[in-house]
Amino acid sequence: MERPIRVLVAKPGLDGHDRGAKVIARALREAGMEVIYTGLRQTPEQIVEAAIQEDVDVVALSILSGAHNTLFPKITKLLKERGVDDVLVIGGGVIPEEDIPFLKEHGIAEIFTPGTPTSAVIEYIKQHVKRAVEK
Amino acid sequence: MNNLEELLVRGDKRAIARAITYAENYEEKAKEIIKKLYKRSGSAYIIGITGPPGVGKSTLTDKLVKNLIEKGNKIGVIAIDPTSPFTGGSILGDRIRMQDLSLHPNVYIRSMGTRGHLGGLSKGTYMATRILDIAGMDYVFIETVGVGQSEIDIVKIADTVVMVLAPGLGDDVQAIKAGIMEIGEIFVVNKSDREGSDKTVVELNMMLDLDDTKDWRPPVVKTIAYENKGINELIDKIFAHREYLIASGNLEKKRNQRLRMEIIETVKNKLMNNVFEKIQQKDFDFKLQEVIDKKIDPYTFADELYRDIFNKNL
Repeated sequence: MERPIRVLVAKPGLDGHDRGAKVIARALREAGMEVIYTGLRQTPEQIVEAAIQEDVDVVALSILSGAHNTLFPKITKLLKERGVDDVLVIGGGVIPEEDIPFLKEHGIAEIFTPGTPTSAVIEYIKQHVKRAVEK
Repeated sequence: MNNLEELLVRGDKRAIARAITYAENYEEKAKEIIKKLYKRSGSAYIIGITGPPGVGKSTLTDKLVKNLIEKGNKIGVIAIDPTSPFTGGSILGDRIRMQDLSLHPNVYIRSMGTRGHLGGLSKGTYMATRILDIAGMDYVFIETVGVGQSEIDIVKIADTVVMVLAPGLGDDVQAIKAGIMEIGEIFVVNKSDREGSDKTVVELNMMLDLDDTKDWRPPVVKTIAYENKGINELIDKIFAHREYLIASGNLEKKRNQRLRMEIIETVKNKLMNNVFEKIQQKDFDFKLQEVIDKKIDPYTFADELYRDIFNKNL
């Protein structure tokens, strides 16, 4: 029996724009995933704790404030510290090309910049989820 | 005990999370855990929070949990949202209202999709509740999906059912009284700073007075969850209901009834899975076409299927 992929869609940092996150959340739901949406202005600690308690397969981070180079690696570091190694972490938002290699080095599997079709995100998640979806 | 079980008993949140994942996917592993640790369950008090969509169930749950952790309790929350019957996907948003609780060491919150289960709960709720009980929670809150008229499964699983309403339901109270209104053991009129709250309270009281057959008369409590108003009073009523249940012997009755349900539901689920597996093996679609073409009727087909699966007549 198949189980749905569980995704935490989280917005770290202080920007108050969650339209992108909501569009993604909706698209993932349409693709049959269970999306846990936690709302605006989450600290890295809150995001990691939610990811653990919800036992998600994917953490999808959305950020527009420009603080991605600080916040994204903090989240992957905290996950690592808690021994969580089977969660796929991806990011999206207004992120300059030149920052992407740095983020990937720090455990963000993929970065989706504005204009990415939601289907590309869905496809990426389906192919890269670390835990078996078939039981 | 294996590692996961040891951690679970100690209340480790990752262990709880993984065990509940097994439960909601209905994996054998969840059953194995419960089989081994069943004796440790039974100490959690289970509170159901239900009511129509948008009345403030999540915010109210947030405040109730905050109140109870201040008294030194450990709390588990299961928040259920609907799964789309078309895509199988869902957006689970109850955590938004419980953000500050995420980091509290004595609170565990889990969002669940209904995954095709009707009745306002998800299929894994029974097992998930038991897992939280085993993990040492003093209270387990189950927040149902926004209910309409028939999502009353919460009554089968909760010790105390809190029915949350909001002003403005007006005559609708009349319309829904036969369905979900019968299951409330405590009624809450939330958002009671809004116009019409007194009228709603009066209408509820009138309706509740009509039924004098029960020895517990559900109280009606006004709250403004967002401002943390009325929460103490609501907690008092929950405690009072618990006292009543214990004193009257009804808690034991309720819990025995729940066990009965849990067993039957488990067999039913297993049976359903079996049936679906076997139906897939059979050439269902081919036969369906015969029904569509009116070569046979649907009931004869159903009888045949049943006979094939169970080797006896329906």
